[in-house]
Amino acid sequence: MRLIGGRLVQAALTLVGALTIMFLILRLTPGDPVQIMLGDYRTPELEAALRARYGLDQPLPVQYLVYVGNILTGNFGVSYWRNQDVTTLVASVLPYTVQLAVAAIIVTCAIGLPLGVVAALNRNSFTDVAAMMIALLGIAAPGFLLALLLIYVLSYSLGWFPVAGAGEGTNLVNQLRSLVLPALALGFSSAALTARTTRAALLNVLNEDYLRTARAKGLRPLAILRSHALRNGLIPVLAVLGLQLGQLIGGAGVIEIVFNRPGVGKLLIDAILSRDYPLSEALLAVLLTSVIVINLVTDVLYGLVDPRLRVT
Amino acid sequence: MSSTVWSTPASASPDVRAARTFWRDTGAALRRQRSAMVGLALVGIVLVAACLGLVAVPQTANRSNLAQRLNPPSAAHVMGTDGSGRDVFQRVLLGAPLSLAVGVVAVAIGSLLGSVQGLIAGYRAGFVGAAIMRFTDALLAFPTLLLALAIMATLGAGLTNVMIAVGLSAMPRFTRVMQAEVLSLRNREYVLAARAVGAGTSTILVRHILPNGLSSVLVLSTLSISTAILAEATLSFLGLGPRPPTATWGSMISDGTSVLQAAPWVVLFPGLAITLTVLGFSLLGDGLRDALDVRLRDK
Repeated sequence: MRLIGGRLVQAALTLVGALTIMFLILRLTPGDPVQIMLGDYRTPELEAALRARYGLDQPLPVQYLVYVGNILTGNFGVSYWRNQDVTTLVASVLPYTVQLAVAAIIVTCAIGLPLGVVAALNRNSFTDVAAMMIALLGIAAPGFLLALLLIYVLSYSLGWFPVAGAGEGTNLVNQLRSLVLPALALGFSSAALTARTTRAALLNVLNEDYLRTARAKGLRPLAILRSHALRNGLIPVLAVLGLQLGQLIGGAGVIEIVFNRPGVGKLLIDAILSRDYPLSEALLAVLLTSVIVINLVTDVLYGLVDPRLRVT
Repeated sequence: MSSTVWSTPASASPDVRAARTFWRDTGAALRRQRSAMVGLALVGIVLVAACLGLVAVPQTANRSNLAQRLNPPSAAHVMGTDGSGRDVFQRVLLGAPLSLAVGVVAVAIGSLLGSVQGLIAGYRAGFVGAAIMRFTDALLAFPTLLLALAIMATLGAGLTNVMIAVGLSAMPRFTRVMQAEVLSLRNREYVLAARAVGAGTSTILVRHILPNGLSSVLVLSTLSISTAILAEATLSFLGLGPRPPTATWGSMISDGTSVLQAAPWVVLFPGLAITLTVLGFSLLGDGLRDALDVRLRDK
């Protein structure tokens, strides 16, 4: 309980710090959102009216208090550019990003874990080298390149999957088909990292005395792997997976843009670039909170599955 | 081993010999690793490409030539031509010095600022240290690309701004590493001895602690160059890099998306350039980490 309490306080402080930094970065931007919005139609009266409407005529500390209030109440006002309620806007795209992140983490586990296990069990063999080469390429290739190559091969050439969109308004099968390529493109680099971590973690435990004992008492290799090696070896992998999920949420925007898929990341990139404060702040609050909560849950789970960490 | 080496005056000849031995051993350990050598070779190739891009490719390579649109790879155009009829190979060479420059300068910014913060946070454990580390934790909560993107929104598009944004988003990792190094070094005997003979804080930090923490920073720097090049490619892909028609690998891929079906080579070759460069620095960084780790090296 002390572990969880301590981590909770730390996570809350980090979240407050991160949200404050983001507020300052956005508000200290040299470009003025009101001037960008009005463009050639700018007059001093219109500027003053818009500034008053959005509270931009208030001093920075007051704007910060309003921002904190918005986060606490979940009411972020109206988007400058889309003229829609921000909370509704975020709620409309959030499910798409959650779907993508969950699908990408499934890809990560489905490719990364077996690749790492196979590489560790066949250490220094051709299989090991081949698996690690795939992993290295996965880490080195940018996600948007992989996305475009997947589109070229699996959509343009073979016609198996749609090129763009999320299959909005169609049946579940079409929506799932629209999810496959973005999930592969987003999840592959995490899969590559997970494969490397799994290999290293498993190699660490494969030489432990208790595994030699298990082998000596005649347990079958698969049973040794499942009941002894993986249970201990995969603990560090859990931490990496948690961190990966955070990075996946952050990297989803570029993939959403390539596939022209609605989502939090795509909307956020548009919002930041057009200096749409209410929308950027709401989206960042959602993203940062989810990243920090995921890290917290990973941290706590890490302590729960590895009793040694509870003592230290 | 390294700690005694760096903390002694340069005039003590046996220790100077030991210092050279440490780095010579590191070099030998690096040479023994095949993957690190592959990484070094890849980095070498990129450096040659960057030099060629600076001296051998005319700036006219960025001019449109619609008569040569979307030619597939051939003897005349090794990597084909793009939607504006420009030679992809020449533009890949033009993009090489830019990518390397962003990688190196961004990491220089991040490592310098991060190391200074880490030194102060590690040595001044009180309020200042705690404030720096909470600030660092908050920055680390941002997915790297989001932080770079937010800073880019503040600074605006352009090559210099990409360097600053990527550098600042790399900074918190350097702060963490340097702070951890300082925490482990600040109570070593040679630091206490330096303090006992009256050395000031800045002297202790710069002459005794910093050199011993540098190996970790060096490893992180090499690995961070690959992350920085990836981040630059992504920002350029999103249209936040240098203005067109300046060739960067990310913007070349972005240009190629509209002609992907007809001319996949426009996307493929700059993509390969990014992948091989990032791979080179990652392999070299991994090798350097293992070579500098005395426990692994002696195995």
